[in-house]
Amino acid sequence: MNCEESLKLMHQYLDGDASEEEAQLLREHLHECPECQQHYQELKQTESLLSGAAYELSAPAGFTASVMAKLPKEKKRVGYMRWFRTHPVITAAAVFFLFMFTSVFSAWNNDASVSVSKQEGLIVENDLVIVPEGVTVEGDLVVENGDLDIRGEVDGDVTILNGDLVEGAGAKANMAAADNITGEYQEIDRMFGWLWFHMKQVFTF
Amino acid sequence: MENIIKHHIKNVKKGDQAAFEEIVSFYQNKVYHIVFRMIGDTYEAQDIAQEAFIRAYTNIHSFDENRKFSTWLYRIATNLSIDRLRKKKPDYHLDAEVKGTEGLDMYSQLAADQALPEEEVENMELQSNIHKEILSLPPKYRGVIVLRFLDDLSLAEIGEILDLPLGTVKTRIHRGRELLRKKLRHV
Repeated sequence: MNCEESLKLMHQYLDGDASEEEAQLLREHLHECPECQQHYQELKQTESLLSGAAYELSAPAGFTASVMAKLPKEKKRVGYMRWFRTHPVITAAAVFFLFMFTSVFSAWNNDASVSVSKQEGLIVENDLVIVPEGVTVEGDLVVENGDLDIRGEVDGDVTILNGDLVEGAGAKANMAAADNITGEYQEIDRMFGWLWFHMKQVFTF
Repeated sequence: MENIIKHHIKNVKKGDQAAFEEIVSFYQNKVYHIVFRMIGDTYEAQDIAQEAFIRAYTNIHSFDENRKFSTWLYRIATNLSIDRLRKKKPDYHLDAEVKGTEGLDMYSQLAADQALPEEEVENMELQSNIHKEILSLPPKYRGVIVLRFLDDLSLAEIGEILDLPLGTVKTRIHRGRELLRKKLRHV
């Protein structure tokens, strides 16, 4: 092996690229050639100095925060999504209430048509439910989204949602009409009363 | 670790900016190290290292998750450093004469503050010397030499970072090593 070949092999060896055979040849040459031996020692020293200098330098304090501050703003949607992920219970509760209120509100708005509990002898005219004279309605009477005119009698409780007990043509006055109810009389026309009434119904069924 | 980083990258791709913070804090020292060794100036190195992370963030969608993130990130950092060195060349201002002494300042500052044993002060002077000698190399040799001992990178990975064939990486390492041998043999 000449010195030129030896020099090439030194670098290969330092790169970890030399085979065992090549390493042996290099060792033999270094043994015989003091110049190459000197050269190799210097290269080895350089390597160890460099690897010593490769200990990680630390980035200046506050580096990460500074980078984060300079990033373009993230999309809002993602910010919300992350908040939802980190607050699952609140998210679930919020979703529940959202659905509950939307269904309740839509029920409130859709219930515009008059409805009445099924009892015989009742007359429905537009938004007016009439208990005709001489008729006695058996059981509880519920009128929703309509007015009620009692000319006859009701044997049970009366509930009016979103409506009034009216003074019909030729009938007795309001208070008197109420006298013809044997059970309790209830008029509900506020949102929460309406809600409460429906919830009570859900739980009694 | 690579898996945790991959998980964070997925989240960043979905648009979760906070996940990027973990990535920055994990790689900040390595990226800063590369850039500082390439550039020499602490202030400029910080600027470029930050820019590297910002580029990585804005281009995260072009990162192929089947590859190593560190390789991709170091490539951005070295490219930015090389660009800066190219632009810097023509304007020789006062600092250019004392290029590399920022490192010395940093080391001597440390030495003064902490009153270290003589041995350690000597070591710091040595480190500062090595830093200066690395900076005195032409940039094409500087890159391979800086990357070679960082993070156990293989020669193939260095080639990938610098976009060079393996043969060229080896040649540059050999030349760089020879140049440094001449400068460092008397330390």
